[in-house]
Amino acid sequence: MELSRRDLFAAGGKLLILASVGATLEQITGAAPPSDAYNLADHWWGMLVDIDKCIGCGNCVRACSKENQVPAGYFRTWVERYQVGEDQQPHVDSPNGDIDGFPADTRGDVKSFFVPKLCNHCAESPCVQVCPVGATFVSPDGVVLVDKNYCLGCRYCIQACPYGCRYLHPETHTADKCTLCYHRITQGLTTACCEACPTGARQLVDFKNPKDPVHEYLRHNKVQVLKPYMATGAKVYYHDLDGSVR
Amino acid sequence: MMIPGVDGFIYPNEGELQWSLLIVLYPYITGLVAGAFILASLERVFKVDAVRPTYRLALLTALAFLLVAPLPLQLHLGHPERSIEMYLTPHSSSAMAMFGFVYLWYLMAVLLLEIWLEFRADIVRMAQTTSGWKRLVYKALTLGSMNVSPAARRIDDKVGFAVTVIGIPSAFLLHGYVGFIFGSVKANPWWSTPLMPVVFLFSAMASGIAGVMLLYMVSMKAKKMTIDMPCVDTIAKYLFYTFVIDFSLEMLDLVHRTYEAGESFRSLDFMVHTRLWVSQVIVQICLCTLVPLALLALTQLFPFKAAVRRAMYFVSSLLVMVGIFAMRWNVVIGGQLFSKSFLGYTSFKLEFAAREGLFTAIGLMILPFVIFVVLVKLLPPWPEPEATVGVGHARP
Repeated sequence: MELSRRDLFAAGGKLLILASVGATLEQITGAAPPSDAYNLADHWWGMLVDIDKCIGCGNCVRACSKENQVPAGYFRTWVERYQVGEDQQPHVDSPNGDIDGFPADTRGDVKSFFVPKLCNHCAESPCVQVCPVGATFVSPDGVVLVDKNYCLGCRYCIQACPYGCRYLHPETHTADKCTLCYHRITQGLTTACCEACPTGARQLVDFKNPKDPVHEYLRHNKVQVLKPYMATGAKVYYHDLDGSVR
Repeated sequence: MMIPGVDGFIYPNEGELQWSLLIVLYPYITGLVAGAFILASLERVFKVDAVRPTYRLALLTALAFLLVAPLPLQLHLGHPERSIEMYLTPHSSSAMAMFGFVYLWYLMAVLLLEIWLEFRADIVRMAQTTSGWKRLVYKALTLGSMNVSPAARRIDDKVGFAVTVIGIPSAFLLHGYVGFIFGSVKANPWWSTPLMPVVFLFSAMASGIAGVMLLYMVSMKAKKMTIDMPCVDTIAKYLFYTFVIDFSLEMLDLVHRTYEAGESFRSLDFMVHTRLWVSQVIVQICLCTLVPLALLALTQLFPFKAAVRRAMYFVSSLLVMVGIFAMRWNVVIGGQLFSKSFLGYTSFKLEFAAREGLFTAIGLMILPFVIFVVLVKLLPPWPEPEATVGVGHARP
């Protein structure tokens, strides 16, 4: 079979486009492409949140709520608005978790920024530690999950979470929280909140994937976890996190 | 946007309190159990003979409350039908997972065994002297052992002594453990202190001792029997000592927090001065700690007449019991009134007719007294005129 120069350019072009799409997909999801053979041991999930990029639009909250049928008044993720003046005492609000957006900023000449919050999928998770029956557990790929068919509804885990990320589901009467869209990420997709974020402020990351950009990001950027003194091994890293954030 | 009952900023999922009135009752009731048992052990192990009239009463009080102790937890669970899983698949790293085992150990291996050994002679006698269904009940309670010979009773006494010796650390374990459930929650600075199990233990002892003294005085009045003054004097003395230790520990915790003034201090300090002002400062500390401590101290210093002492003991023990309830309230409810962001506060909304509401709580607090009355009818703890022979464990 003979290849003309025209065919060679066409084939090369197609290859380039496919590679770009693949690379983009991988960058968006931070995960391997969809595969039937999802290997739990090959992943260790977390998230990267870039405070500077968050515009507080609430897309992530709405997407999460819709994707996971989160009951009204409860939140698997939410966004807080911090307004911090010279005294460094923060004024914080998060009306209805930012599901409807924020009212206009009224604090005047102060620094103002948004902080998306979600379960930190801690490696040394206090909620997992205290569950009396092991209904809350860390999956082998690093996601803190709740087995709603096993949970007693004692709420000890809700008390133990330092970040306020858990609630008792009003219908199942079991503890509920962010699953990092486990049903999606094990299919090679990203989380609903990451997908809905218009600025890329949230990035799902796979710490075991050597090709995940998170490795380079963590090497070159200053990041912080929430309440580091709690020593929970939180896996949600924040870039440009202000010291006033709780 | 203002949320009713909320001041400042709280995380969006913190609006509702997770542990309600029933979880206030849980440590309160287990505390009464532990305290009553420790009072009983004073006579049995430490040979404080003066409190002998309350020995059996204390055991039955402990049992009545212990039988009710798991009910608040059970009613609080989102899925009570799954609570058996705590026995079948306990999670070894969870403090709460051990409750079932600690409870069963205390109930089966300590309290029931000690009560059975103590009352065995009475049970055998009543199995022989009663008729009808009562006879059947007492026969069943003998567990087939009808031998009440002096030799058999001596064995009962020795085994009972050993059980009580084991029972003291078990009572400490039961309630210290309940304190640990709260004290080990590092996310909550109001709870997270190594002092919590110790404070819980001494407050338990105080409430149990006060509870038994109160029940003893009321029972004696109801039965028109004479209150044994050396007995209540001695109990009051132990109540005073225990309560002094308890209060000192609580104040140590308070002083430590105030002096250290850590990250959470401003938030907690504000909470104490606002939402907990009445329940903690006015009720718990002033009315129900300083007043009974003063009354009990006065009885130690001045030789009041018996009737006056009785009145002072009655008021003191009642206040102590209310005060320890307030302490449980301030720990459990207070620990959920501030946000873990330390930037805001929420409120407790007491429900009335709900599953975890006030009426349920009142019912659960009445239930031990109903059980107590039944137990007292079944196993009279005071020596009846015709039952004095062979009652009680053999002593020199």
